[in-house]
Amino acid sequence: MLDQYGLIGALTIIAFAFPFVGLGAAWLVRPKRPDPIKNSIYECGMETIGDTWVQFRAQYYLFALMFVVFDIEVMFLYPFAVAFDQVGLFAVVEAIIFVVMLAFALVYAWRKRALEWQ
Amino acid sequence: MDLSFLDLYPLGQLFLDALVGMGFTPQAAKVIGWFVGAVILLLFGINLVIGLIWLERKIAARIQNRLGPNRVGPFGLLQTIADALKLLTKEDITPFEADRLTYNLAPALAVFPVLMAFAVIPFADRVIGSDINVGVLYLIALGAIATTATLMAGWASNNKFALVGGFRTVAQLLSYEIPLAMAMLIPVMMAGTMRMNGLAQAQGQFWGLGWYVWVLPAAFLIFLTAVLAEGERAPFDLLEAESEIVAGFNIEYSGMKFAWFFLGFFLNSFVLSAIAATVFLGGWQGPFVEQVPILGVVYFFGKTMFMYYVLAWIRATFPRVRVDQMMDLCWKVLVPLALVLFMLVAIVLKLNLSAIHPVAEGAALLLVNIVVIALGTWMMGRALRGPAPLAKRAFTPEIPRL
Repeated sequence: MLDQYGLIGALTIIAFAFPFVGLGAAWLVRPKRPDPIKNSIYECGMETIGDTWVQFRAQYYLFALMFVVFDIEVMFLYPFAVAFDQVGLFAVVEAIIFVVMLAFALVYAWRKRALEWQ
Repeated sequence: MDLSFLDLYPLGQLFLDALVGMGFTPQAAKVIGWFVGAVILLLFGINLVIGLIWLERKIAARIQNRLGPNRVGPFGLLQTIADALKLLTKEDITPFEADRLTYNLAPALAVFPVLMAFAVIPFADRVIGSDINVGVLYLIALGAIATTATLMAGWASNNKFALVGGFRTVAQLLSYEIPLAMAMLIPVMMAGTMRMNGLAQAQGQFWGLGWYVWVLPAAFLIFLTAVLAEGERAPFDLLEAESEIVAGFNIEYSGMKFAWFFLGFFLNSFVLSAIAATVFLGGWQGPFVEQVPILGVVYFFGKTMFMYYVLAWIRATFPRVRVDQMMDLCWKVLVPLALVLFMLVAIVLKLNLSAIHPVAEGAALLLVNIVVIALGTWMMGRALRGPAPLAKRAFTPEIPRL
């Protein structure tokens, strides 16, 4: 177990540090001449009107909720898939009932027009 | 005949033995081995990207009847290196009122998950960074980190185009994560393991006909569509739609920070191609791979580059889809199809048809998949037909009389 995750641990450290090494190298060689016009927000020459961090549309929230439902479903199905050879027909029927129940959630969201992009 | 020198697997053990011979304790040798392995994977990935960018530009150029890069070095091979040096020496512009910490962290987080994914890619039989027993799950988890990086970049830039791009990313990557995970679930169910090497091993029967793409074409097509979306590639590159939101989430990034996003994008394409090759195209499996294990590397890269070529081909030819079409395709076509396919495949596998005839199970799976593909074609026709959903107009434009 440790043998396998050791490399992943080492890679985590190195892969996270590596981009900062690149940024550091760039910091050493790049020019640093900021000025107010250059550092203004790039919106095709227009000044930004109002604050950028405004309230955003709720449509994204609905999709995030749907994602949570189905992602958890998939996470439950993975152990089932790994143990598929060992489980009997009964477990398969149970898994199908589980999927059908969540399919109802999808149908409900569909009927409630939560999946329409407006 | 002893062909063990063609097997790459014992190399790691030889290296560890050499370290112990140099006077390290076995534990210290192991830790050094981990770090050396990690550095090898990282350098491999970083250097690979030079070739990948060149390759994609050349393919796109050939398809679009252009020349592509051809000035720097032979066939323009050094163009990417020149570009990297240029980006390294560019001034780094941080916009006013940007959320500095998040803004600087986002490029690193964009590269990090892609490099991490190299740990579980089997390049040949057992030649894999770390054959963990949750390999597929690990890859899905890394996909979530990439989403966070893009959202962070979009949010921190203090730019409305970037913010729209960031939100589109969340909607797109989260949605397509579901069909991607569900499409990978079916090979996992057939192989009975989440190990990436185990998945490649399970596809070795029937001289190449054991590849899952032959018996699970529907799962492969769902997977390919989700890969295009997860890789942020055309026709699903809405998050950086130049004509709508300038460049999306990375609009405010310049210099090395932009380079990291760029590198992450191309490496991500490679990693997704490698996953597709391993999970559906048999990975390192191929003729004579048992006798000469080193051939596995050739087969693996052949298949991965084929997948990469397909992705580049699609990118060079397809127009971009609309936001609502993109979401409809995921939630109204791919997710229901993946659910149906999962249930049908589970039933077919439990019928134990291979007891009747070894080919019967494969034939039944293929039949089920063809049914699902037909269903999918019909659903796509339904979902993508019809008028564009127009927002309620603030005023009705008068048609000028001529």
